[in-house]
Amino acid sequence: MTAMVTPTSKRSSLSVEDLRVVLGGRVILDGISLSLQPGQITVIVGPNGAGKSTLALTLAGLLKPASGQAFLGEQPLKALQPRERARRIAFLPQTPEIAWPITVRTLVGLGRTPFIGSTGPGLADVTATLRAMEKTGIVHLSERLVPTLSGGERARVLMARALAGEPDWLIADEPLTGLDPAHQLDAAGLLRTLTRDGPGVILTLHDLTLALRLADRVIVLAGGAIMGDGRPGEALAPDILSRVFGITARIEETSAGLLVDVHGRN
Amino acid sequence: MRPAVLYPSLVGLLVLLFGLSLMAGPVWVPFSAWSPGGSDPRWAIILELRLPRALLAVLVGAALGLSGAALQGYTRNPLADPGVLGVSSMAALGAVLALYYGATVLSPWMQPASAMAGALIGVGILLALSGGGSSLVGFVLAGTVLNIIAGAGVSLALSLAPNPWAVAEIVNWLMGSLADRSFEEVRLALPFIALGCGLLLATGPALDALTLGETGARSLGISLNRTRALLAGGVGLAAGAAVAVTGVIGFVGLVTPHLIRPLVGARPGALLIASALGGACLVLAADSLVRLIPAAVEVRLGVAMAVIGAPFFLVVLLRDRSRMS
Repeated sequence: MTAMVTPTSKRSSLSVEDLRVVLGGRVILDGISLSLQPGQITVIVGPNGAGKSTLALTLAGLLKPASGQAFLGEQPLKALQPRERARRIAFLPQTPEIAWPITVRTLVGLGRTPFIGSTGPGLADVTATLRAMEKTGIVHLSERLVPTLSGGERARVLMARALAGEPDWLIADEPLTGLDPAHQLDAAGLLRTLTRDGPGVILTLHDLTLALRLADRVIVLAGGAIMGDGRPGEALAPDILSRVFGITARIEETSAGLLVDVHGRN
Repeated sequence: MRPAVLYPSLVGLLVLLFGLSLMAGPVWVPFSAWSPGGSDPRWAIILELRLPRALLAVLVGAALGLSGAALQGYTRNPLADPGVLGVSSMAALGAVLALYYGATVLSPWMQPASAMAGALIGVGILLALSGGGSSLVGFVLAGTVLNIIAGAGVSLALSLAPNPWAVAEIVNWLMGSLADRSFEEVRLALPFIALGCGLLLATGPALDALTLGETGARSLGISLNRTRALLAGGVGLAAGAAVAVTGVIGFVGLVTPHLIRPLVGARPGALLIASALGGACLVLAADSLVRLIPAAVEVRLGVAMAVIGAPFFLVVLLRDRSRMS
């Protein structure tokens, strides 16, 4: 199995149509329609309980909507075999669990799971694993045990795990939470370079300034509906921030770049 | 340790212990006295008493070691094993009911059949009660419930037993032993243990992926339902058939994966075959040991395993904890 590098133009878009998701009798998402383009970073923001994680899971094909559906290109996600879906969409859960003290190399290699047949990992799997570690700058960590890693190293290793499958889409739920500012910037820079190779990146984020700087497109979610969608400057406009987050804030241009300046609560 | 070193080492150890197990016992039969077709009467001891016993030790040890490794991989917790999670005691309940109702007279297959039925019901309840998820608390609670139910059922059977011989037979069998087993038991257990182990070995890639949690595994294209079905069928058959022919032998499923884990780099899929080999070694060694203890009546393997296994496991846990801090 050779891992062909798909040209940017051939990568499929990821979309949802009139999505409604109900969990435990509660409507989490309702009436969501979106079409996301590869080669871009799309950031989903919103207050706690807005349905960000649910949307991320549904886009990754891991949650069955009550109605409406998700598409990869023209194909409904639910029509794909789980293995095929896993080859094309990588997902990083919020607070990722790593149960055993395995080495970094083994962990990254798990990203090849949907490619490995009954004969075990082949040459293509080994090289793809190595390539993912090179891209994320963790080759020097390859024999380290995962529990001995720092938070920043761990974030990179998990990213490498997701990239090992060379997916069309990388969906990460709160990948920057819990990192110190320096490591947040590192990880953000890493994501930015990744999209140049073609895959689409979808992130949920809490930090509005990071969203502003990192995103090509921002989707503002509240109460299970889309409240803003567009380029970061438009989607995070003061009136939307006021309505959705209940804060008085505006976008400032500083010497260090754009930032969301929060003045206070409404 | 590299697989190219680990597997030959474990197989070598197994062969060594197998040989020792044929020699050891009240009558020591050195290798020099092995004489197929010869006149030495001790050859009969080896062929008819010790060979089936050693084969059974390998089968049962492999079944329990592998079941423990698979359950630990699935629950992502090193404290899971067929004994702790109540599967063994449900199998025992099934076997006891067969003994109690005299069903074993109908057909020799009744005892393994009902033990496996008990084990399968046990794993089924386990997976159902733990809510289809794999949180350890859910599993341990479900296992505790199963252990209580099975224990009560066995006690009920004992208290209602029609005659003291039935009680003696049940108690004797419950304690877990390989004594006085013949090729008959090997024939009864082999197909089911082999099938169960086959199912469990097929869970390897899924158990590896589950290292990343259930969502992580699903995002890698793993079907959790398929994994659960393989696990339930595999543990039910392997552990059920093992309990059916030897009674309850604890700690093998708990200790073996724990000892082997560091040797395979903690990867749950790689742990499976190694734990099967390790479990076989452990039971062979323990069974040779109980035969060498000078006592009027042979110490029951299940009892010996608990006496040696529990403190040993405690030491391992304490050592691990001090290493971590």
